[in-house]
Amino acid sequence: MDYIIILIAAVFVNNIVLSQFLGICPFLGVSNKVSTSVGMSGAVLFVMTIATMATYLLHQFVLVPAGLDYLRTITFILVIAALVQMVEIILKKVSPPLYQALGVFLPLITTNCAVLGVAILALGLEGGSLLKAVFFAVSNSLGFALALIVFASIREHLELANIPKQMKGVPINLLVAGLLSLAFLGFTGLV
Amino acid sequence: MAETVNQTQNFLKGVVKENPIFVMLLGMCPTLGVTSSASNGLGMGVATMFVLIMSNIVVSLVKNQIPSKVRIPAFIIIIASFVTIVEMILEAFVPFLYEQLGIFIPLIVVNCIILGRAEAFASKNNAISSLIDGLGMGLGFTLALTILGSTREILGNGSLFGFKFVAENANTFILFILPPGAFIALAYLTVLFNKITSKTAK
Repeated sequence: MDYIIILIAAVFVNNIVLSQFLGICPFLGVSNKVSTSVGMSGAVLFVMTIATMATYLLHQFVLVPAGLDYLRTITFILVIAALVQMVEIILKKVSPPLYQALGVFLPLITTNCAVLGVAILALGLEGGSLLKAVFFAVSNSLGFALALIVFASIREHLELANIPKQMKGVPINLLVAGLLSLAFLGFTGLV
Repeated sequence: MAETVNQTQNFLKGVVKENPIFVMLLGMCPTLGVTSSASNGLGMGVATMFVLIMSNIVVSLVKNQIPSKVRIPAFIIIIASFVTIVEMILEAFVPFLYEQLGIFIPLIVVNCIILGRAEAFASKNNAISSLIDGLGMGLGFTLALTILGSTREILGNGSLFGFKFVAENANTFILFILPPGAFIALAYLTVLFNKITSKTAK
């Protein structure tokens, strides 16, 4: 039951992009085509899950016993940066087709605050366990994927719309994101 | 004299021409996430400005010691150290702000403005220019956050910096302090900013 609540909360109620404002940069940056947004979502799912697993274990078995909790930010960002590099190298060797699909997005992910954000938020889960943390990461990346793909689909239609000159580009995208976020507000109280 | 003019321009570009929020659209996560009130926006702006100035100075001082292949990880460590300092200072002295900003304090580390300035400016210029660049960019960021925070607080809560100026039970646009309000307010502020700067440019 716990897990179902985590899933629904992360995907709909507290959507990581539209209500927690994490990962806005890729959300606005790589959402001009549905195909690229699918690729980005896949890369985020991949990295976020592995990164949360690694940082959770590191926090539980190294930082807390050593009393170095305050070094959390530094160690996490280093682990994530190193992990992204490693994933890139391994993918290139092991699965070239997957690398072809996700490769370009991987370097962008280091500065995606959603990955670091979820890694830190996962530490604060109630009755936390490794399994729960990983499940939390997977649910959040699904939430990210949902928001990104819906947004990209709307933007593809906007290309054809007649938009006032001053609103073109960034403002109209922000406005669309606002309306999307308003729609997600409707899920409040579901859990 | 030419030197001072350059430094003035160097300072002003961060505030207006290359404003990190309205023009360059960097660091959007904290911009949208913490600006539900003017004081939160100001607090976040000042915290980011501190990290930005300090990391700019340190990066420009050690730029010749860092091999260019590992410069990005080295920059990230420098930035993360200052973020940890800010985190500890805020927790100790302004616990209220620390609670309000929450997850967004450690996330200053991945704020693209800071890494962007380290890479684009501080790694090529001396410490003084980098300090001024950091000050200008930081001020531009702080101003943008405070304006966005004030707009949302006035419309959504009928108050500014916590001082209420509407009746206690008056109806306000609560939407603006909720997440969608952040996107919508920023969208219209960007339009306004573009309009004003394009007019003054002519």
